[in-house]
Amino acid sequence: MASLNDYLLVSGLLFAIGLAGVVVRRNIIVVFMCLELMLSAANLTLVAFSRFHPAANGLPDYNGQMLVFFVITVAAAEVAVGLAIIVALYRARQTIHTDDLTSLKG
Amino acid sequence: MNLAWILLFLPLAIAAANQLILKKTGLAPLLSTASALGTFALAVMLLGKNETSHFAWATLGDFSINIGIKLDQLSTGMMIVVTGIGLLVHVFSLAYMKEDEAKARYFTSLSLFMFSMTGIVLADNFIMTFIFWELVGLSSFLLIGHWYQKDSAADAAKKAFLCNRIGDFGFMVGILMLWGITGHLGFDQMKSGLAAFQAANPAIFSSVLSAAVLCIFCGAIGKSAQLPLHVWLPDAMEGPTPVSALIHAATMVAAGVYMLFRLQFTLGFEAFEALQASTVIAWTGGITALVAALMATQQNDIKRVLAYSTLSQLGYMVMAVGLVHGEAGMFHLFTHAWFKALLFLGSGAVIYACHHEQDIWKMGGLLKKMPVTGFTFLIGFAALIAVPYTSGFFSKEQILEAAHEKEPILFWIAAVVAVLTPFYMTRLYVVAFLGKNRSENASHAHEVGPLMLGPLVILAVLGVIAGFPFVASKFAPAYLQPEHLVHLGFVTYVSVGALAIGVLTGFMVYAGKEKDPISIPLLQNRFYIDGFYDNFIVRYFQDTLASIIAFFDEWVINGLIVNGLSRSAESLGNRFRLIQSGSLQGYAFVFGLGVLIVVYFIVFGR
Repeated sequence: MASLNDYLLVSGLLFAIGLAGVVVRRNIIVVFMCLELMLSAANLTLVAFSRFHPAANGLPDYNGQMLVFFVITVAAAEVAVGLAIIVALYRARQTIHTDDLTSLKG
Repeated sequence: MNLAWILLFLPLAIAAANQLILKKTGLAPLLSTASALGTFALAVMLLGKNETSHFAWATLGDFSINIGIKLDQLSTGMMIVVTGIGLLVHVFSLAYMKEDEAKARYFTSLSLFMFSMTGIVLADNFIMTFIFWELVGLSSFLLIGHWYQKDSAADAAKKAFLCNRIGDFGFMVGILMLWGITGHLGFDQMKSGLAAFQAANPAIFSSVLSAAVLCIFCGAIGKSAQLPLHVWLPDAMEGPTPVSALIHAATMVAAGVYMLFRLQFTLGFEAFEALQASTVIAWTGGITALVAALMATQQNDIKRVLAYSTLSQLGYMVMAVGLVHGEAGMFHLFTHAWFKALLFLGSGAVIYACHHEQDIWKMGGLLKKMPVTGFTFLIGFAALIAVPYTSGFFSKEQILEAAHEKEPILFWIAAVVAVLTPFYMTRLYVVAFLGKNRSENASHAHEVGPLMLGPLVILAVLGVIAGFPFVASKFAPAYLQPEHLVHLGFVTYVSVGALAIGVLTGFMVYAGKEKDPISIPLLQNRFYIDGFYDNFIVRYFQDTLASIIAFFDEWVINGLIVNGLSRSAESLGNRFRLIQSGSLQGYAFVFGLGVLIVVYFIVFGR
């Protein structure tokens, strides 16, 4: 059976891939997907901790899994809002390439 | 006592009403004149009362500055002079300023002046004196500069204000020193404070008191136009002539003498005997009297001659105060106020009749054209040159007596002045009023209206009788009644002899002349004192100082501090601006890096 460390390693890799994607990719849809990937990495960590940290009666600690549901819900809402923003952005600028979005340059 | 408070604040209320509400209505002149009449009535009612009353104006812990009123013979007598001449000048101004566009402003300033002067006279402490001292300076500034469209008037107003400020700075230091010495500011408590100081520090008492008195005297030098700050008074003649009569001859310039006498009266005359400061004061007065009389002999402007004569008479008064015979000085102040106001108003009538011609060489023959003015002017002239049994004779006699008794050299200086005064006044009278008309304007002159003649006649009567004991003992601010009306002696012989010499030489030199037979550039140019101030003090001291200050302002204040701060903020902002790349991924990278650093410190940082 896989140990807690294995799960955390996979989760860390997922998070690192997500973060790398956010930093490196220029297409804002892909950046958005990478953000979701990072959230999934966090979810995986929570489930792993829940599984490997049993409560007094031997059952898993469900607090962690409850939190996962919340994260999924929030992520779903975030996707709805985020995609809407991206659509609005595209309508306004005709681009979803982050290199072209430099209005905030000082 | 309430009457006194009304007396003080009535003119202020009128001035405020005129300025704020009635400016456009044309009521201002009448209202101001009514207020002058009211204050005169109040002053008569309060004459000779002995009361004090005050309220705290500013309180700081235990210390409070009061606004108070002190009524005694000195202040109520002075109020008669101020309000009496004030009233006549208001009436005269109604006619004199009839055509002026800014009548309302003129009368408002006059009311403001009446308020300020009343404040000086009635003050019961030195801080209040100082406050009102500055206020008369302000109203004098406003009135000299009444015709501010003329550059000369605006400059004269500025000059008067600056000269006064120089003196007032010393005055302020003097008040503070006196406060330090006596521990009090109110006139009533000062004497005991001085005695305590004398008992505690007998060794340094007289020198410290001398220093304080001299500083206070600086205020009088400015306000009463003594050497070396006399230069503003002749220039102040740029103002309307009634103002010259009220402020620059009769009342405000006498405030310095009044204040010095009040100081002596407060601290006790014995403290001033043999004080070095008294000697300095007496000599300043004597030299001013002499120098001003010399300068008066070569002036051609009728008002300037009178202005220098005022300077010279003020010198007499200051000399009397310095000789610790202040009552003689105050008596002279009292009589001089009436006849000098008469002379100025008379010259005002002449100037008005001659269409604002002021050069006496362009007048001539006015006695025939303007008999009443000419005759009243003659009475003022007689009083000024101290013809026996006029008011000026009695008061000048007392001053000469005092000088004769105390300081023979000053007596002889005063005697020379007594020769010069009749000389220049005879010159003025002979040239302006006798002979034949020397210009178009003078030949068209005719007698002025009753509003102007009324004050002249009243002042002429007072100019004669003000010196007699039955008037002076009741109305004069301070008066020491002599045993005999005229005490025939050495002093009287000198005085009458001086008068005779002066008038005779004046007649011989100037009768029937078309232009001035004597020309002394030194005196025409007023001993080059004004030139010295302009070319030396102003050029080297003021301009050097100004350029240093301008340099400091331009480079240190403006360059280093104001612009420097803004420039450094700007350049700092420019640096930080580079951080705002506008690249989304850049932000995300820095954010991730930050998170890593935070995590690193939380996990391994302990």
